[in-house]
Amino acid sequence: MTIDLPRIGVVTFPGSLDDRDALRAVTTMGGEAVPLWHADADLRGVDAVILPGGFSYGDYLRCGAIARFAGVMDAVRAFADRGGPVLGICNGFQILCESGLLPGALIRNRSLRFVCRIVRVRVETTLTPVTADLLPGEVLDIPVKHGEGQFVAGPTDLERIEGEALVVFRYCGPDGSIDEAGNPNGSTNAIAGVRNAEGNVVGLMPHPEHAVDPDVGPTGGQPLFASLLAQALARV
Amino acid sequence: MEEPLHRALGLTDDELGRIGEALGRDPNRTELAMYAAMWSEHCSYKSSRVHLRSLPTEGSAVLVGPGQDAGAVDIGDGLAVVFKMESHSHPSAIEPYQGAATGVGGIVRDIVSMGARPVALLDPLMFGPLDDERNRWLLSGVVAGIGGYGNCIGVPTVGGEIRVAAPHAANPSVDVMCVGIAAADRLMTATSHEVHAGSVMLLYGASTGRDGIGGVSVLASATLDEGAEASRPSVQIGDPFAEKLLIEASLEMVERDLLEGLQDLGGAGITCAVSESAARATMGAELDLDAVPLRVAGMEPFEILTSESQERMLAIVAPDRLDAARAVCDRWGLASAVIARVVEGGMLTVRHGGEVVAEVPARSLADDGPAYRRPIEPEDLPEAHDDPSFVPFDGDEHEALLAVLASPNVADKRWVFEQYDSLVQGQTVVAAGSDAAVIRVPDTLKGIALSTDGKGRYGHLDPYLGAAHAVAEAARNVAVTGAVPLAITNCLNFGNPERPVVMWQFAESVRGMADACRAFDTPVTGGNVSFYNESGDSAIWPTPVIGMLGLLEDYRLRVPTGFGRAGLTICLLGETFAELGGSEFAEVVLGVIAGRPPAIDLVRERALHRLLHEASAADLLEAAHDCGDGGLAVTLAECAIAGRHGFAISVPGDLPPHVALFSESASRAVVAVAPERADELMRLATDHGVPCAAIGETGGPRVAFDGLFETTVDELRGVYERAFPRAMGEAV
Repeated sequence: MTIDLPRIGVVTFPGSLDDRDALRAVTTMGGEAVPLWHADADLRGVDAVILPGGFSYGDYLRCGAIARFAGVMDAVRAFADRGGPVLGICNGFQILCESGLLPGALIRNRSLRFVCRIVRVRVETTLTPVTADLLPGEVLDIPVKHGEGQFVAGPTDLERIEGEALVVFRYCGPDGSIDEAGNPNGSTNAIAGVRNAEGNVVGLMPHPEHAVDPDVGPTGGQPLFASLLAQALARV
Repeated sequence: MEEPLHRALGLTDDELGRIGEALGRDPNRTELAMYAAMWSEHCSYKSSRVHLRSLPTEGSAVLVGPGQDAGAVDIGDGLAVVFKMESHSHPSAIEPYQGAATGVGGIVRDIVSMGARPVALLDPLMFGPLDDERNRWLLSGVVAGIGGYGNCIGVPTVGGEIRVAAPHAANPSVDVMCVGIAAADRLMTATSHEVHAGSVMLLYGASTGRDGIGGVSVLASATLDEGAEASRPSVQIGDPFAEKLLIEASLEMVERDLLEGLQDLGGAGITCAVSESAARATMGAELDLDAVPLRVAGMEPFEILTSESQERMLAIVAPDRLDAARAVCDRWGLASAVIARVVEGGMLTVRHGGEVVAEVPARSLADDGPAYRRPIEPEDLPEAHDDPSFVPFDGDEHEALLAVLASPNVADKRWVFEQYDSLVQGQTVVAAGSDAAVIRVPDTLKGIALSTDGKGRYGHLDPYLGAAHAVAEAARNVAVTGAVPLAITNCLNFGNPERPVVMWQFAESVRGMADACRAFDTPVTGGNVSFYNESGDSAIWPTPVIGMLGLLEDYRLRVPTGFGRAGLTICLLGETFAELGGSEFAEVVLGVIAGRPPAIDLVRERALHRLLHEASAADLLEAAHDCGDGGLAVTLAECAIAGRHGFAISVPGDLPPHVALFSESASRAVVAVAPERADELMRLATDHGVPCAAIGETGGPRVAFDGLFETTVDELRGVYERAFPRAMGEAV
């Protein structure tokens, strides 16, 4: 008898940095990690796709602006259109925004400095594959590391994002309260992650793949991966 | 009369004569430029070599010693740790962001060229006082450059230190250490891989431009004087994205066993890479400059040969593996070109436009550079009776502790470290801000502990002791985590070696480093010498910076710094003497940099390292912290801040309270142990001949120095955390 493991693909773009970490996190959490290559049109039949952190193509233009044209992105778009779960982490989030798969944009941190630290995020909606098994209001410890993570959106977009409950995570304090002290980059409304209207595409700046192994960090990423794996398996 | 070309290139008349002897004729312009680069101080170590020979370089664990791109140490299980430190101080003084960024790029390629995956970076930095706007600009730029490059290549920056001292105002020191891991049997060394005649040299990565020409001879091997900004074009511009691709492509070629040799291109560019590769293999090479992909047309041969354009590597490939190697480069989007062929003999022949433009013995360029025994003149050392311990102190110990905690040398440097990605690769157990960083070795339980330490103020007061203390503190910093110190790399930062006093400081520092490394059985596996760090006649303090590698057999047994729970017994290991000379307290509170640095007994120091290792292996220690800068009071405060538990102690011994609290006597550590196991620790300490005194207990929000003063952890934390951002001009 074989046990079906959810197959989670992780795309490596030139300049991806946290691709191995995402693959390892999938394995640690009990999934089958499938490396995907930026130039391939084939997603190798995966049940969910992760676009990892890093500096794709050096990000010398706007972050993610070149990666959106990578060969694999057509397949990712088609996969997302069919309702497939897609998770963009950090640079992956930036790529999803540049691709128009998610609303908003990420600009330089308000401090104008790169920031690497553990932050807290509050779960705002459970209508996504990464939060389906969580409780609204749950607070998770997860690290951020980015120079361009300040989430912004035009007034119309912002109204829609808030009105349609597209915010998935907000930076918060230990008790879940939203304040400036907990917001590492000056994001509008402390937004740390958003989803599309259907809920199957999610992007966030914090790095859940760096929060699954208690020996090297916090564990706030565990429930997100657990949820993603369970949802992906449910699609098999 | 116009200055002769060789002098303009930084060569002496004698050196010109030696080149003539090596060639049997006068060198042409192109050959002169090649020799000028390879025989520069930076590439040839001509002033330092005779001294460096006295360093211990052998040990049972050493796989590769000095002379290669980086040293390598056996850590068991068939794995090797490769590590090296370098400086990029001169470029950073002129253009801080790019200077620091390209420094990171260079050291990472050194590690990659050994066939190892870079797993950690550490950046020891020294600047002038932060009340000066220019020094803040330099610090901000250097830190941003380290982050801007390091964060973009997927190698975590996990440590280093920031120090502030007046002599660094004109000459910041920007050192960088990189650590890599490789399968021991896959290391790319001259002995592990044979280079055959007929193999080709494949240049891959960035194209070659006019940037960085004369970097080693103009920038790195002379002092920075007025008008140094004019040499800004000699500073290279980094492209971390290309570096990331270079890392992946290089390691894939190594992994697939496609290469006979691998060399990074750094100082002296193609000249260095081709001549060193050939000389190491006792071969020659035929180099065709027309095959080098250029950024601009019309570059002259000497420009192509000495350009220091970044993000290039040179692989030596057998003809039957060439297609596979180039396919790897293609897949990673890197241009590649066959620029040379390995030939028997030993001559390096360079062609351009079909003509031979240079013909020199590869060995003479790479290995036969001059070595000087420069004149030495000892400096008067301060007398022991000048020791600030003898200055009456009528101040308040509480205020003094706050002042020392707020000193930029001591205060929390999160402002800096948060600008570095310390997490990528997912193996960082302990990042910057502790005594040592701890990185897991993937797929094992092993951990490597890493620390960088320089003791400039001690070196100023006594260069021998400064160097010995730097090694001792680096070893102690890895030992308090429970690791065994294994080996060191170093970056030796000094003034102008042509001045006899500087040369004496250098010789004394090397002697101190050698004695300490012998005593601790931590051989020197490589390093870098950075001379000419002076402007006018004011040199930086003699500052050897030590990069220590330690090994933890089980990273889960690492000992934290902080007091993590209440009710623990606090013990002081080692003995405190009246030694405030060169201390943080003396400078910050008394306003003097005087006296003798603390004495050091290297045998007692090593006994402490062994005790710490055994106690942690027995899972005895719940916290351990090196007792160094700022003395016992600062050490205890840092334990309380890190672990969020206060303490009450009674100050041991008969010394005046301010001496007991702030003396920086060597060979000490503060540890915390469960009370029921305190006796066990005492016995172990006795076995090792290390004094061990129970001085108090952890717990509560308060910090009490019995009979002296009381405060709270929160007060100490506030001062400790806000001081550095404030010094950088932020409202916090």
